[in-house]
Amino acid sequence: MYTQAMDTMGKDAGDTGNKALRSAEDMQRQEAFDARIDAGEFIEAKDWMPDHYRKTLLRQISQHAHSEIVGMLPEGNWISRAPTLKRKAILLAKVQDEGGHGLYLYAAAETLGTSRDQMLDALHTGRAKYSSIFNYPTLTWADMGTIGWLVDGAAIMNQVPICRCSYAPYARAMVRICREESFHQRQGYDALLTMMQQGTDAQRAMVQDAINRWWWPSIMMFGPPDDQSPNSAQSMRWGIKRVSNDTLRQKFIDATVEQARVLGVTLPDPDLQWNEERQAHDYGAIDWSEFWRVIGGDGPCNEERLGARVKAWDDGAWVREAALAHAAKHTPARAAA
Amino acid sequence: MTTPSSPSTPAADPAMATEWPLWEVFVRSKAGLDHKHCGSLHAADPRMAIQLARDVYTRRQEGTSVWVVRSDQIVASDPGEKSMYFDPAQDKVYRHPTFYVLPESVDHM
Repeated sequence: MYTQAMDTMGKDAGDTGNKALRSAEDMQRQEAFDARIDAGEFIEAKDWMPDHYRKTLLRQISQHAHSEIVGMLPEGNWISRAPTLKRKAILLAKVQDEGGHGLYLYAAAETLGTSRDQMLDALHTGRAKYSSIFNYPTLTWADMGTIGWLVDGAAIMNQVPICRCSYAPYARAMVRICREESFHQRQGYDALLTMMQQGTDAQRAMVQDAINRWWWPSIMMFGPPDDQSPNSAQSMRWGIKRVSNDTLRQKFIDATVEQARVLGVTLPDPDLQWNEERQAHDYGAIDWSEFWRVIGGDGPCNEERLGARVKAWDDGAWVREAALAHAAKHTPARAAA
Repeated sequence: MTTPSSPSTPAADPAMATEWPLWEVFVRSKAGLDHKHCGSLHAADPRMAIQLARDVYTRRQEGTSVWVVRSDQIVASDPGEKSMYFDPAQDKVYRHPTFYVLPESVDHM
């Protein structure tokens, strides 16, 4: 599934890292911690860690989890409209995976000492962010294939390095997620290929239109350019982030160009071309003002997405309460034994 | 666990009282192997925990058997005492077969 470079959202988080007064004991712990990071060791939930490390991870993992859950909405929109039973079963399985990925990640974030309800509250009140890509609408069936191919493809590129994150519970969740993710991209590409090779002219035009709309938001998923990504250095130092935004973006673009050629579509960037000297593709300027606008809440679907999550949570309140009441009724004084 | 109380957690949230308990999930991937910890989840009761464990952790035939245990029922060693607990084994190399150098002709015993 889906993350974007989450450090993009730390702009207003403030630097609480190194200012607070610390005891000599804390300094020693910090040194031991840094040494463990340098030695490539994993940090487990109960190990001592600097406050700022904990906060950075909590923000990143919870936002990643929120992205998985909100990410179910644009595709859920098409489950009842899938063109065949096969595609419907595939889409159902994919959306269920995204829900599962959200749950793995919430569980990983909870090990850092916050509760599930607190994280959900942060999402529902707009304090926590999720990936900006889900604030775009899914207008046609071709959007389903395109999301699988480009959005999940970009997410995989982002997520594979996180399998080596220094925080072990996050890394373990990512290993599981990455193992399940490959099918998401392949099923999307397969759906597009079917339309391009066996479809009508109108269906081929629909595919091209979807790609034209999703291309730029997809490559924005890697986050701002390295020189405008102030938190990256600290995350790299701590082994939370392993590869820079621009490096990942370049890798994704280079891989996608050939896939687009096989598909028989064009990527909507007139400046996209092979640079023999760099042995990589050059690409056009990205409109970062759009990125910040959508993250800031002013995308096409921000209100709708968040509204759907809040409604689901509120409408489900009685179910959560009833389940607890049922459990209490059927576990008589066992705890007292 | 169910009542996080780390200093970074403002415990004033009244909704926390209604949060379903946390369970740890263990999956046996096939007969002959151990159950292995694979993650956690929230559920109201044991039956729901088993059901959710199946849905969340075995969507691709990862398991043939699932255990769930309430997280607050697990007793764990103290990470602060890690070295005291585990380091004494470090200098007992004679517990390993490779400690003993034998003549080559009998070295496969």
